[in-house]
Amino acid sequence: MSETKKTYWKGLAQLNNDPSYVKHADKEFVDIGVAEDPGHSRRDFLRMMGFSIAAASLAACEAPVRKAIPYIMKPVDADPGIPNYYASSYVNGGDYCSIVVKVRDGRPIKVDGNSLSSVTLGGTSAQVEASVLSLYDNYRLRRPRKEGKDSDWETTDKEIIAKLEEIAGKGGAIRIVSSTILSPSTLNTIDKFKTKYPTTEHIEYDAISAYGILKANEESFGTAIVPSYDFSKAKTMVSIGADFLGTWISPIEFPKQYATTREVSEEKREMSRHFQFESNLSLTGANADYRSMIKPSQEGLVVAQLYNLIAAKAGKGALSAGMEKVSNLDKAADELWENRGASLVVCGSNDKAVQVIVNAINDLLGNYGTTINLNLPVNFRKGNDEKMASFVNDAKDGKIAGVIFYNCNPVYDHPMGEELGKALKNISLTVSTSYTPDETASASAYMAPDHHYLESWNDFEPKNNCFSLSQPAITPIFKTRQAQESFAVWSGGSNEDYFSVVQANWKNWFYDKKDIASDFQRFWDKCLYDGVYQGITIENKSTSFAGNVAAAAATIAANYKANNDGVEICIYESYGVGNGSQANNPLLQELPDPITKAVWDHYVTISQKDATKWGVKNDAEGNTQLMKLTANGKSISVAALVQPGQAEGTVGIALGYGRTKVGAVAENIGANVYPMVTMLNGSLNYGAFAHVTIEKTSTAFQLAQTQTHQTYMGRESVVQEATLAEFKNNPKAGRDEPKVTEWDEKVDASSLSMWKGYKYPNHHWGMAIDLNTCTGCGACVVACNVENNVAIVGKDEVVRRREMHWLRIDRYYSSPEGTAHDNYKGLEKAAENPEVIFQPMLCQHCNNAPCETVCPVAATTHSTEGLNQMTYNRCIGTRYCANNCPYKVRRFNWFKYHDNQKFYQSNPAMNTDLGRMVLNPEVTVRSRGVMEKCSFCVQRIQSGKLTAKQERRPMKDGEVITACQASCSSGAILFGDMNNPESRISKLLKIELDPKNPYSSDKKIGNPRAYRVLEDIGVKPNIFYLTKIRNKDKAKEHA
Amino acid sequence: MMNEKISGLLKFPILALLVLTSFISFSQEISKDAAVIKAGEDLFNGNCKSCHRVKQKLVGPALAGVYDRAPSIEWIKNWVRNSTKVVASGDKYAVALYTEYNKSQMTAFNSYKDDQIMSILAYVKAEADKPEVALVDPIAINKKTGDGIPSGYLDAILGGMILILILMLVILGLIATTLKKYLNDKKDLSEDDEEVVNSPYTWSTFVRSSGFIFLVVFVVAAVSFKMVIDGLYSIGIQQGYQPKQPIAFSHKLHAGAYEINCKYCHTGAMKGKQANIPSPNICMNCHSQIKQESPEIQKIYAAIGYDVKTASYTGKQKPIEWVRIHNLPDFAYFNHSQHVNVGGIECQTCHGPIEEMEQVKQYSLLTMGWCIDCHRKTNVNNEGNAYYDKLVEIHDASKGKGSKMKVEDIGGLECSKCHY
Repeated sequence: MSETKKTYWKGLAQLNNDPSYVKHADKEFVDIGVAEDPGHSRRDFLRMMGFSIAAASLAACEAPVRKAIPYIMKPVDADPGIPNYYASSYVNGGDYCSIVVKVRDGRPIKVDGNSLSSVTLGGTSAQVEASVLSLYDNYRLRRPRKEGKDSDWETTDKEIIAKLEEIAGKGGAIRIVSSTILSPSTLNTIDKFKTKYPTTEHIEYDAISAYGILKANEESFGTAIVPSYDFSKAKTMVSIGADFLGTWISPIEFPKQYATTREVSEEKREMSRHFQFESNLSLTGANADYRSMIKPSQEGLVVAQLYNLIAAKAGKGALSAGMEKVSNLDKAADELWENRGASLVVCGSNDKAVQVIVNAINDLLGNYGTTINLNLPVNFRKGNDEKMASFVNDAKDGKIAGVIFYNCNPVYDHPMGEELGKALKNISLTVSTSYTPDETASASAYMAPDHHYLESWNDFEPKNNCFSLSQPAITPIFKTRQAQESFAVWSGGSNEDYFSVVQANWKNWFYDKKDIASDFQRFWDKCLYDGVYQGITIENKSTSFAGNVAAAAATIAANYKANNDGVEICIYESYGVGNGSQANNPLLQELPDPITKAVWDHYVTISQKDATKWGVKNDAEGNTQLMKLTANGKSISVAALVQPGQAEGTVGIALGYGRTKVGAVAENIGANVYPMVTMLNGSLNYGAFAHVTIEKTSTAFQLAQTQTHQTYMGRESVVQEATLAEFKNNPKAGRDEPKVTEWDEKVDASSLSMWKGYKYPNHHWGMAIDLNTCTGCGACVVACNVENNVAIVGKDEVVRRREMHWLRIDRYYSSPEGTAHDNYKGLEKAAENPEVIFQPMLCQHCNNAPCETVCPVAATTHSTEGLNQMTYNRCIGTRYCANNCPYKVRRFNWFKYHDNQKFYQSNPAMNTDLGRMVLNPEVTVRSRGVMEKCSFCVQRIQSGKLTAKQERRPMKDGEVITACQASCSSGAILFGDMNNPESRISKLLKIELDPKNPYSSDKKIGNPRAYRVLEDIGVKPNIFYLTKIRNKDKAKEHA
Repeated sequence: MMNEKISGLLKFPILALLVLTSFISFSQEISKDAAVIKAGEDLFNGNCKSCHRVKQKLVGPALAGVYDRAPSIEWIKNWVRNSTKVVASGDKYAVALYTEYNKSQMTAFNSYKDDQIMSILAYVKAEADKPEVALVDPIAINKKTGDGIPSGYLDAILGGMILILILMLVILGLIATTLKKYLNDKKDLSEDDEEVVNSPYTWSTFVRSSGFIFLVVFVVAAVSFKMVIDGLYSIGIQQGYQPKQPIAFSHKLHAGAYEINCKYCHTGAMKGKQANIPSPNICMNCHSQIKQESPEIQKIYAAIGYDVKTASYTGKQKPIEWVRIHNLPDFAYFNHSQHVNVGGIECQTCHGPIEEMEQVKQYSLLTMGWCIDCHRKTNVNNEGNAYYDKLVEIHDASKGKGSKMKVEDIGGLECSKCHY
């Protein structure tokens, strides 16, 4: 084996050789916290055995009578057992995704991206993938309620109308409060409501606000909009605190654009360069080429300094604000200037002054008209922080007579939520249309539940002139009602269903104006079939910048400090539960955070230096201490997580936790951080840098993390990477090619084998994963869980290392090159700001699979198509296979996770009648005591083959894609038939078929970047990884 | 009563034949091309056969000669696409036909193209022109058993022979005892003869011998062991399961006597995983008119909410809860279309002689061994299916051109074909 250049580690415990880590490092199965139950005696055993035998023999006597109930009137297109697909749209507040819903026997069971959408480009996110389970949430409202008691629509409507008329008669103020509304028809309905009750005002706000950007653009260009950004055209991109790959503005679209600039090959040896300046180690920061750590209190100054550096090149004067010695900032400025017109500067700040300077920078660089499109505004964030704040104040002062909350939860997700909750008691009419009894609904007198989005009709305009429709994929499960219909009823309108309203609106707005199809029905059918409708596109023209840079600089100079001594908080949106609206979704709670790999928990991330200072210690089992964190006069108690890459003197904490009215899944998880968000310069500020204290408490706490355990036994040919400079010279740079000496010559380790190899005459399924475009977001993990009925096990079981995920994303931190293995001091220093690499790890479907040879009952076998098959009904649970798997991707069912009340809270999808509706009927629900693992979505392969056979034709490439590939926004995963020379995977890997032996399992791979993990052990996986290429000048260089 | 009706109907073909032969001139448009006839046959079997036969009057008239007796070919096309419209237009022939058949409406096939209707006619004509074969009552055929000596006789002969053997054994025993008694009474036997007569090796000593006891114990143990094992293996096997269904639907009548194509009702068999238990609206295609008075049909009306008097739907529906007969375990994946559509396997291969079953029962074992056995023996239906071209090529190259490719040869025994 060749020398490894870098040292990789998965967690600090491994790096520091912590005893708790070393103790279990070489074990696949560890008994942690599992107490032996001494309660059972021999007699109990005999008694139970006797009973089970009796029960088993009784059960065997008579099989249960099973009923088969056909349709009464079978709809033409609905065939039991055959899925239907409907184009629709996912919308949650301002978050948007165009989707295709898979419906089996009338139940939506999977959501995929819609590739026809020009906005989300066929991608999805973890939250979109998981949203199908929230349809079957047991916490949903079954019918309208009044003051906590069940009611019916007739009474509710009568009472609400009477109150509205009473208020309107007196001239009392009515407010409709909502998140950003993307739907033109909904806004139209609200306008009609306003006409009926003229004292109504509609207030939009966002839990995660972008009001600063709106205001800055209003000042700079005259309209309060968020522009479209096009990362695909940027050669140099600089982000100051904007987590655009994870949570910022349009996090499904951006990774796709970003990935196109990050793809490299032998032919294309160019890629973009990405600088990140931030406090927390974000998903975007983890993908950056150069990452610098700054404090939230420095953010404005860093932006101003960047302006100064670029202004100097453009021959303009410097600002009154600025800050010296920001690492990599000069370099970033140089390269931005070099790539004028093909660069992009974005900033996550919600401060108008900062955003004005960012606009000025982009203007100096000539990015308007190229990478930024002001003529194509995005509508995801339209919330007005000032209006919302004055609404809460009005409510407190008793100036509001009636309020309707349309699908929003400000009592929880607004900084002044608590005050609002108290004020609601004194308002004569309070209505919430939320589909769960959340914090706001519980504080309101009436709950008039809306349908879930998968039960609704609606239309959306995510970007100007880009429209999409959403259509019901299931008949409403409960007695809920479309909120727009409620508004129509309350404003005394006809009882017309909302579908006709949307259709009529489209006829008026789009069809009549444009002569597209011969009749409206055809136009409508096409829009509904596609899910999207593209209106006129406006050319991307540059607009003149009119912002007041000097005033902005003065504000920055007053509000930001280069040297702040106190602790600062950087508040971010959770990658899993987002802003908290989907907190009750166990798929998201158990999705490991891409960076910390923690699940089911809320924690504060602290830097290693601070940890030492404050005496905080994490070990490999997640044992840590609770911290008391105080900001904005609010104190919370959360666990501490020591995070490499966290800027010293700052702590990071996620929004989305601490829900109080949320349902069984998310109860008692973490604390609500929204009250710590303050107003700065007229908008919400997600960094707190004054009056923040943090202290360690003596209370111990155990976090559940999916990584820091499971080692590769020190074999470190797992992740292979190089810099772009090296790659330009040698496309094989960074590759680890193990050699073995045979007699007198050195040969490839993989060329020697005890095995004869297989013949795959028909298909040879394989997968290629590009480590350069994988952002580590985790959408594939959720997609895999939903597709394959993977059990959610809950925090306790994850602590015991028993999570069931078939696909995990390994996150490795690395030290700079040249650090010796034994030099821990050197490693520790670098770990303050490590490089990060993400590697999706799933069953590698080895041609010489070590698991197959050790199974005593042949429950895991090899197929003639290259699949490593797992047969649950044959498995007796010896777990030899998992012990023998070098990739540690086999998961064991320690419990019967379905029909088990112990998992009722964490796994409702398998333990409640409602939840079970989400299960994929094509995939067996596994029982206790069997092994499971990635099957390459064999159910999809089989169904694709069947379709081809039914149509009497060979299979087409792209006909079968795995759930993980379908969900990947950045296109890092590619699945296909390696026997088909025309397939995309054959072309990507440059497979050269041997004419003498074309069906051999050993394919010759021509792509110099392609490697197999642990090549030297000769198991010959069918999954190939493409090396990670970092766009750095020098390998040794480090931030 | 059914039999009477059918035998009554049997007279009809002769009439039809007479009608047919009376016309010498054959219509020129009707094709005699084998491919067209085949296409017509498929359409006829799939869609028409539930109500029509070529030479028999069923729900609707026998179709032989229809191309000559109907006003025009164009008229037939209109009629097939929408008979109600033709009747409503006041067409005399149509009205007469409508009244003759108790005003039962024919299902409208408005999606049929001209050439499809012509291909059906081509098939009908080809069938009608075929030389007459002796027509036998289909139910009588079903009742007929195999040739040779009836099995009852064989049993009687066997029983008789066993009885004779037992009698002989008793008689021989009696003779032996008598002889022994006689010899003992004589008392002048020599020592040697005495020993022969009163042998120490009697029946009772044999029975008490340890060798015999061991043998018996061994055989009993072995047999009971085998029975226990067999019993265990039969757990979960429900071969022969024949539950009572909520509606006494007879496959013997529908699939047997009337030869309705299985796929006419089990619409999913060609398309997907489930063959589908037909929804009552399929029953209503015929039973909106036929046998309205039957109590079993009344159950369908109750389920679908149909009012016979007003011939309209009330909207009050109640699902029918059939008892599922074929229950595969959840971990076994089975897809009907793979077998019926792609494999071209007859329904009867697995479901048995459904057309003879008054009440359906589970005919096959439905065990994994049973599946595997068939996958070993069955040839892949690769004719005209380009999906298999590459596999056939490889198979021929390795095993020789003549050898048939079995399901087993292309991975049909692999676990992940059925378990995932």
